[in-house]
Amino acid sequence: MATVALENLKKSFGQNEVIHGVSVDIEEGEFIVIVGPSGCGKSTLLRMVAGLETVTSGIVRISGRSVNDDEPMDRDIAMVFQNYALYPHMSVFDNMAYGLKIAKVPHIEINERVSNTARLLQLEEFLKRKPRELSGGQRQRVAMGRAIVRKPSVFLFDEPLSNLDAKLRVQMRLEIKALQRDLGVTSLYVTHDQVEAMTLADRMVVMNNGFADQIGKPLDVYANPQTVFVAGFIGSPPTNFLDASQFAAGPAGGTIGIRPEHIRLSAKGRLEAWVTSTEPLGADTLVHLRVAGGSLVTVRQDASAAIPPEGTSFCLDWNESDTLFFNAEGKRIDAASG
Amino acid sequence: MNNGSGMVERRGSGLWLTHLGLVVGILFIFFPIWLAFVASTVAHREIVQPPMPLLPCNEFFDNYSLALTSGINAPVARMLFNSGVMAIGIAVGKILISLLSAFAIVYFRFPGRKLFFWLIFLTLMLPVEVRIVPTFEVAANLKMLNSYSGLILPLVASATATFLFRQFFLTVPDELAEAARVDGAKPMRFFVDILLPMSRTNIAALFVILFIYGWNQYLWPLLITTDPDMNTIVMGLKQMFPSGDEIANWPVIMATSILAMVPPVIVVIGMQKLFIRGLIESEK
Ligand SMILES: Nc1ncnc2c1ncn2[C@@H]1O[C@H](COP(=O)(O)OP(=O)(O)OP(=O)(O)O)[C@@H](O)[C@H]1O
Ligand SMILES: [Mg+2]
Repeated sequence: MATVALENLKKSFGQNEVIHGVSVDIEEGEFIVIVGPSGCGKSTLLRMVAGLETVTSGIVRISGRSVNDDEPMDRDIAMVFQNYALYPHMSVFDNMAYGLKIAKVPHIEINERVSNTARLLQLEEFLKRKPRELSGGQRQRVAMGRAIVRKPSVFLFDEPLSNLDAKLRVQMRLEIKALQRDLGVTSLYVTHDQVEAMTLADRMVVMNNGFADQIGKPLDVYANPQTVFVAGFIGSPPTNFLDASQFAAGPAGGTIGIRPEHIRLSAKGRLEAWVTSTEPLGADTLVHLRVAGGSLVTVRQDASAAIPPEGTSFCLDWNESDTLFFNAEGKRIDAASG
Repeated sequence: MNNGSGMVERRGSGLWLTHLGLVVGILFIFFPIWLAFVASTVAHREIVQPPMPLLPCNEFFDNYSLALTSGINAPVARMLFNSGVMAIGIAVGKILISLLSAFAIVYFRFPGRKLFFWLIFLTLMLPVEVRIVPTFEVAANLKMLNSYSGLILPLVASATATFLFRQFFLTVPDELAEAARVDGAKPMRFFVDILLPMSRTNIAALFVILFIYGWNQYLWPLLITTDPDMNTIVMGLKQMFPSGDEIANWPVIMATSILAMVPPVIVVIGMQKLFIRGLIESEK
């Protein structure tokens, strides 16, 4: 177990800066999820921690020690890759044992550690097979096993579930969470899937174009997004944004955001809108409306409420306390932003 | 795959016709070899008076032992050995060098990397025959005439094989190298433990091709060896052909031809499985 600290980390490829100074302090045993859209620099950030990418400026500390100049193997980390990167010609056993063999761990101990890990991941019957003889989910487990068997002090995951089908993804997500809790190993997990991020993370880092827009507990981030980007990225369907100038309390040139579940459809309210379409999802219904200015608003209403027919006009209403105010630069400016 | 299942489904006359075609083709190709074999088992006088026999006679043992032990300039056994050393030397040397140079070109960023690659690529355009005079000059200056190193080394540097391995290494996912790095493998360890076993079938295919290439070399051994003891079998075969009014011992020449064919055939058959996989496989 170890702490990890990123201190004003920057990365440029040639002239092109892709990480613009990210700082995070990660506690022992914490599960940190780095989430953001494609191309925002999540993988690059993780690879700098792994030592697969050099650091342009800033410091990566593991257990307080700067590891900027260390090879990956000297950092005491293990990494799970998106396409698993299993050695195709080696059996499952050899795949898991390879790192230990290089570290000159005695044979008996290798056998013991690999078989313990295989038991933990229910891989015992596959130990003799080659990766190509396994299903996607089993390969994924082997990749996890290869990381676990080395007993590293930090796990790094780069979108480990994105090659699995939806159902398996949910199952593996739960398994990863349970495993990490049992092993108590500090983990950094990269994903572009905000549901994965919300469910796995102790704290999450929301990345936007090379900046860490917000770092915090999933529910805090959800309730109190600090930027327009975070409000729009975390939560599905995303937060509704409206031009603030039409509201008395709004900042000049800014936007206000309201979560779909915080808007009520009523006879009286702040804004008039027409239903354009509805999506009944079973547990709740999404109602899409167009407001007078032309912008679209999505409302999540309980399944028990009647589904309004298309073209109906309503007034939208919400509580003042649920309103998120953002200035022209997209930064949160109301009281709750602290 | 689609072709395969199509072939399995083909029934009756189509199947027989296909086989007939193949059998005729094989007979057509095999017939001269069969004639050579028959000719190597008859006595000299039978061969010069038509009709030529079509079934082996009983001089097999005499002709072959004569060929193996005496030959024209050097015994065939000696020349077979020389050819073997040369062919294996060239094949192994080429494979080793091109594996290593492809590894360097694909996995390391060093100054002049592109330049080196293009230099290697350029030599693709220059077969042995084109650069034979300067190469001979260099070999002579290095006192490599009449030696195995002289036979092997000038033919070892190989653009084709380097190019082939480079293409293969480029298809190996970067993550594999990164996983090995995280596992603590130094570059050479990665090369030996992971890259080599993954290129196994490519190596086998190349070995077969290069062995035959080395075995069939004629011009270069002719230049570099003057000592009959260093002659290769392909040279020897040529020298056995009668010049002027000598009388050739055709059965012995035919026996030598058959002997010259045996090692490449053994190599092809021995490596067939790997070889074919290497040619058709598009492994991840
Ligand atoms: N080796 C490289 N050379 C140049 N630019 C690179 C390199 N690797 C990444 N980049 C650039 O850095 C940016 C961030 O890439 P990165 O792979 O970290 O994105 P990501 O957040 O992981 O995206 P995804 O979710 O698609 O994997 C991208 O704009 C990418 O083009
Ligand atoms: Mg990525």
